[in-house]
Amino acid sequence: MTQRSSSLRFAGLICALAFVLGVVSPVLARAASKLKVVTSTTDLAEFAAQVGGDRVEVESIARGYQDPHFVEAKPSFLLKLRRADLLITVGLQLEIGWLPPLITQCGNRNIQAGAKGYLDTSQFAEILEIPAGIVTRAMGDVHPFGNPHYWLDPENGRRIARGIALKLAEMQPEGAAYFEGRFQAFSKRLDEAQKAWDAEMKPFRGRKVVTYHRSWPNLTKRFGLEVVGEIEPRPGIPPGPRHTVEIIQMMKRDNVKVILVEPYFDLKTPNAIARETGAQVVVLLPSVGGEKEATDYFKLFDYDIALLTRAFQATQ
Amino acid sequence: MRTICILSCLVFLAPGILQAQATDDTHERLKALEERVIALEAEIRALKAGQASPPAESAAAPTVGPPATVSTALAPTAAQVPAAAPGPSLAQLPVYSGESDTAKVFNPAISVIGDFLGAVGRDPNRSMPALDMHESEIGFQATVDPYARADFFVSIGSEGVELEEGYLTFTSLPGGFVAKVGKMRSGFGVVNALHSHSLPWTDRPLVTEHLVGGHEGLSDSGFSVSRILPAPKDVFLEATAQVFRGDAGDVFTATRRGDIAFVGRLRAYRDLTESTNLDLGFSYARGHNDVGTAFVTQLYGLDATLRWKPLRRAIYHNFLGRAELVWSRRQEEPAIQRAFGFYTSADYRLTRRWTIGGRYDRSDRARDALLTDSGFAPVITYWPSEFSQLRGQYRFTRYADGRSGNELLFQLLFVLGAHGAHSF
Repeated sequence: MTQRSSSLRFAGLICALAFVLGVVSPVLARAASKLKVVTSTTDLAEFAAQVGGDRVEVESIARGYQDPHFVEAKPSFLLKLRRADLLITVGLQLEIGWLPPLITQCGNRNIQAGAKGYLDTSQFAEILEIPAGIVTRAMGDVHPFGNPHYWLDPENGRRIARGIALKLAEMQPEGAAYFEGRFQAFSKRLDEAQKAWDAEMKPFRGRKVVTYHRSWPNLTKRFGLEVVGEIEPRPGIPPGPRHTVEIIQMMKRDNVKVILVEPYFDLKTPNAIARETGAQVVVLLPSVGGEKEATDYFKLFDYDIALLTRAFQATQ
Repeated sequence: MRTICILSCLVFLAPGILQAQATDDTHERLKALEERVIALEAEIRALKAGQASPPAESAAAPTVGPPATVSTALAPTAAQVPAAAPGPSLAQLPVYSGESDTAKVFNPAISVIGDFLGAVGRDPNRSMPALDMHESEIGFQATVDPYARADFFVSIGSEGVELEEGYLTFTSLPGGFVAKVGKMRSGFGVVNALHSHSLPWTDRPLVTEHLVGGHEGLSDSGFSVSRILPAPKDVFLEATAQVFRGDAGDVFTATRRGDIAFVGRLRAYRDLTESTNLDLGFSYARGHNDVGTAFVTQLYGLDATLRWKPLRRAIYHNFLGRAELVWSRRQEEPAIQRAFGFYTSADYRLTRRWTIGGRYDRSDRARDALLTDSGFAPVITYWPSEFSQLRGQYRFTRYADGRSGNELLFQLLFVLGAHGAHSF
């Protein structure tokens, strides 16, 4: 009997603790000041900051130099998520290895998938490489709904920014005109920048490149480059000797002189291939913040295009 | 279909329009069409992915049973199909045309994990078959409604089929609470909450076997409430309280309905740098043991984990060091048994495909704390891809009676189906 009553006392204690935490610890007054936006990647944070301006507070979970497929689900991210009003994700299963458990555990009902504060921006963008027919893992770590690296086309950047502006306006109607104005300004700036980028890349349209991972279809499509092979034999599978030899032969045959590598991949194999073929290895940035210079979406393209044009000129 | 129509319109109309006058106006219209194609493609993707697209979702929200409305809307089509094809043998089979396509949308994500074990060598106290399809775990995971999600893990082992875990998680509770109800692995310590396929070894540590629930650890039916606590900046502090039926492994036994068990855990986590972090935990468990209702077993646990993973080379190198200490206080006749056990382990990822590690074990036995067993186990793991792994482990155990075990264990793990989350 004493055991039982002590068990009940224990249960009572737990209930009391729960009550104290739930009711007494204040559900911090969400003063209608700034919308707290958390994004999965730095690029989305950049778009949200561009259109949100002073009315939002933006934070990204992943860093720009990190492989967005393999972010760790650290508890410190829960601290960001639990106070967020809006969570913006890339979608297309890019974050499938780490974001779902964070969303489940954060205890924030506003940002659960399907809730008002959850935005998947892939719905706004032009998505490439949507697999047709049967999809199996024999193809490697394929994304069955298309290539998730879609933000690397300025046109898609504009679409994502517009989608985010609309979402922000929905969440904060009194700021609708402000967000619209900021989007228009961003879009105009993007128009100008795009003309310059197109002009810089024009001489190199049709040039062939090899990439490490399939991160660049939208970028290469926009600037008319042709991706003729990947160093990974299949997405997510590390390079092996047989495939590397095939790539070297193909590059020599087709006179491919540029290899694009993301900043989070090992350079050993790309460098070895470059030595064999006389090609140049270009560590291109897929995301804002990949290097110190790439502080925003415009600087990201400035950086990448400068590297690309230099490499193409050197290997003319 | 609509996409194809729009695309073909675009293809046929485009040259004519451009011939007429290649002005900004036609450019604008083409752009508008392009935008529409993109929007339609997004809608198709959303349908394929099983989520209603944003506009459709808001429209469907007021109706109580979306699946029902969908199936009635499609009923005429479904009825037409058998009428059009009255072939005798084929008509026997139910025709799941439109209905099954829409039903699939709500199916849970299904995954299967195969765990194959091989063993050579001898161990006087632990008998493992030479070759064993140790466990096949089938997972079903889905969102239940706007307030909850559910996870089921059915484990098929050599001893039969068992519900390893099956619980509902309330993700939308007020006040930042997260609650789980169902059968689950209890939150005592770190390693107890992990499924065997996410362990860095082929087996569980000696301390788990002796003090924390035996072969498979503590797992029971009940509910769990957790919440992030207010803490100094950058410190993650989380408290979890769990109430269980009171039957878990060989630690807790509920002879009467009132013999419930409690588990509490406090976890503190901090990022030391962007690539290094420290995770500390204190756990407590209390329940009645198999001697009788009046006899209580209490477990106290401390754990520490240090992780290092450089963000720029996260897929190539990382380190994880961990230690868990467990004190057990078991009431029985004639006296209380106070046992202590621990393990420490370290794992280092050498390359994208190879990981090496090791574990040191030492633990008293819960029912006879004077007997202490110890051992060590170096481990090597190879990953052909993210979805399979091969592991070899040498296991040396020195038992209290002076005998020892020398074994080589091999494991093959493979994953089918839905892409699960990476373990942290």
